[in-house]
Amino acid sequence: MTDFIFPPGLVLILGAFILPFVSGQIKSALTLLLPLISLGLVQSVPDGVSLSIPFMHFQLELLDGSNLSRLFATIFALMAFAGGLFALNQKSTMEMSSAFAYAGSAIGVAFAGDLITMFIYWELMAVGSSLVIWSAMTDASYKSSMRYILMHLLGGVILMVGVVGHVVDTGSIEFSAMELGSFATWMMLVGFLINAGAPPFSSWLPDAYPEASWSGTVFLSAFTTKTAVFVLLKGFPGAEILIWVGLYMIMYGIIYALLENDMRRILAYSIINQVGFMVVGAGIGTEMAINGAAAHAFTHIIYKALLLMSAGSVMYMTGGKRKCTDLGGLFQSMPITAMAGIIGALAISSFPWTSGFVSKSMTTQAAADMGLGFTWFWMMAASAGVFLHAGIKFPWFVFFQKDSGLRPKDPPWNMKAAMILFAFLCIAIGVYPDPLYAMLPFPTEYAPYTYAHVMEMLQILLFSGLAFFLTLPLMKRTLTITLDTDWFFRKLGVSVARAGTVLIGLLLATVHRVRDKAIGWAIGTAFTHHGPKGALAKSAPAGLMVMWTIILLLVYLVIYLFV
Amino acid sequence: MTIEPNRITPPTKPEDMHWLVRPKTIRKLWIGGIALLAVIVAMGSFAHPHVYFGIEGTFGFFAWYGLVACVAMVVGAKLLGLILKRGDNYYD
Repeated sequence: MTDFIFPPGLVLILGAFILPFVSGQIKSALTLLLPLISLGLVQSVPDGVSLSIPFMHFQLELLDGSNLSRLFATIFALMAFAGGLFALNQKSTMEMSSAFAYAGSAIGVAFAGDLITMFIYWELMAVGSSLVIWSAMTDASYKSSMRYILMHLLGGVILMVGVVGHVVDTGSIEFSAMELGSFATWMMLVGFLINAGAPPFSSWLPDAYPEASWSGTVFLSAFTTKTAVFVLLKGFPGAEILIWVGLYMIMYGIIYALLENDMRRILAYSIINQVGFMVVGAGIGTEMAINGAAAHAFTHIIYKALLLMSAGSVMYMTGGKRKCTDLGGLFQSMPITAMAGIIGALAISSFPWTSGFVSKSMTTQAAADMGLGFTWFWMMAASAGVFLHAGIKFPWFVFFQKDSGLRPKDPPWNMKAAMILFAFLCIAIGVYPDPLYAMLPFPTEYAPYTYAHVMEMLQILLFSGLAFFLTLPLMKRTLTITLDTDWFFRKLGVSVARAGTVLIGLLLATVHRVRDKAIGWAIGTAFTHHGPKGALAKSAPAGLMVMWTIILLLVYLVIYLFV
Repeated sequence: MTIEPNRITPPTKPEDMHWLVRPKTIRKLWIGGIALLAVIVAMGSFAHPHVYFGIEGTFGFFAWYGLVACVAMVVGAKLLGLILKRGDNYYD
């Protein structure tokens, strides 16, 4: 054990409980300072286990450092800082506190050396993120946060089954690369994939994230799916099934985003698309692929947050407008927001000289190196599709297209500052990727900027741009949503439950009617015989009794005499 | 929490519009864009990439592949939308 290091994630989690008790300048200062302290601590975490505590007869490894974990923890802390800066005008303290607890837990997962620690932080993330959605305090956000937490609790239970099973199987709580084979490891994989937004449960993400506040969605975009990528890279590198899951996610994100009208839901679908690339990288599992997926997660958090800050600024300055059908022409009055959106859009499309280009291309390179032709052609087509659905569609429909007549100004200084910081990083990493490459899990000699490679990407992107404007009439925005697998429980399940209620009601009514009839008959019969006028209930006069006695005695006499 | 923006009636006469969205500028952007596409394809033919699968080394592969892939995705999405699109208050 080396010198004691305070867990960087705990700084944010504990900070989350201080924020509600301070206000004004102190609150703003803490919002910016806590992530920076955490970021500094992350850099000081050494390789290997540096903090562990006993728990039952296990040893929990709270801090287990590696290049991979420091890379993810660094971007999580950086994200908490920029998100905090962007959200300084957010009135809801609950949102900021929840977001910090959420970010801190994500850092906790990144440094977890054992499965129990990982699981505890994993579940804390589910609570924190649900509260972030809830903080929007709208009816829609409440409902979708409930669906969100149900899905994540389900994922948590499945993961728990896997963890317990694995500990029983192996006798160890060690969190390291595992072989997919036993029931327990499959359960863990499913639990991880639910958080990654993998099919068939992808819908929780585009359902919930756009319902958070203008600042909440920025936080949400970063942590849950990327910790899922982290645990896949750490736990299941080279699991082939991940390639297929990832390829599906890539195309799902594009197709659904193309159909979508809500600007933040477009970006939510594109998270699934991007995470798909990383999941493919985890599935390929070579050093180049792991590097590519990790670098992609790092750059993706920055440009996706930038895109959502741009969208959040539009919402903030337009009284909450989110639909493409209500927006358009905003570049004229909010140039900085539009510029931020465009830089984010170029980066997500992996345009040369942006951060997306130097990261995503490592994963496609890994596929080519391994001779995975189908995967490579699929990812190349999808790279064109990313430019189509996020790279052009988002800025075009929000900032250009028809003039909506809206003339919102650029947002307050702190929101602009957060956008400028992340826009700067998108370009800086793209132009000078060496510092990022130095942080990657494996040493790399990868050179993204070869003439051939730049030409390939420019051709693909510019021609998909041409395709966008040629097919623009097909993409006319409509006031619609697109059905997803959640239809089965949001519509079919509800209908089945309602129909069941009606059926059971009918059945019970029949039973009641039959019962009432039976009881009625019994009472009626009893009434006939025993009622006031019933033969068996008549009060007989004494004379009648005497007469009947005499008759009986007579009959007896006759029988006695003659028989 | 959020701010109501100014709202104007969108200008209809080209001279009242922002210079970037005037029909004249848009026509120039189209011409410039198509010229740029031609230049990029021409420049691409001088590249000597490491060819892994064969077809990606042929002339203009990435240009037509990008275009065809995108049109296919848009049309595919449109067809899927015919089945899966609903009004945006469907679940309310």
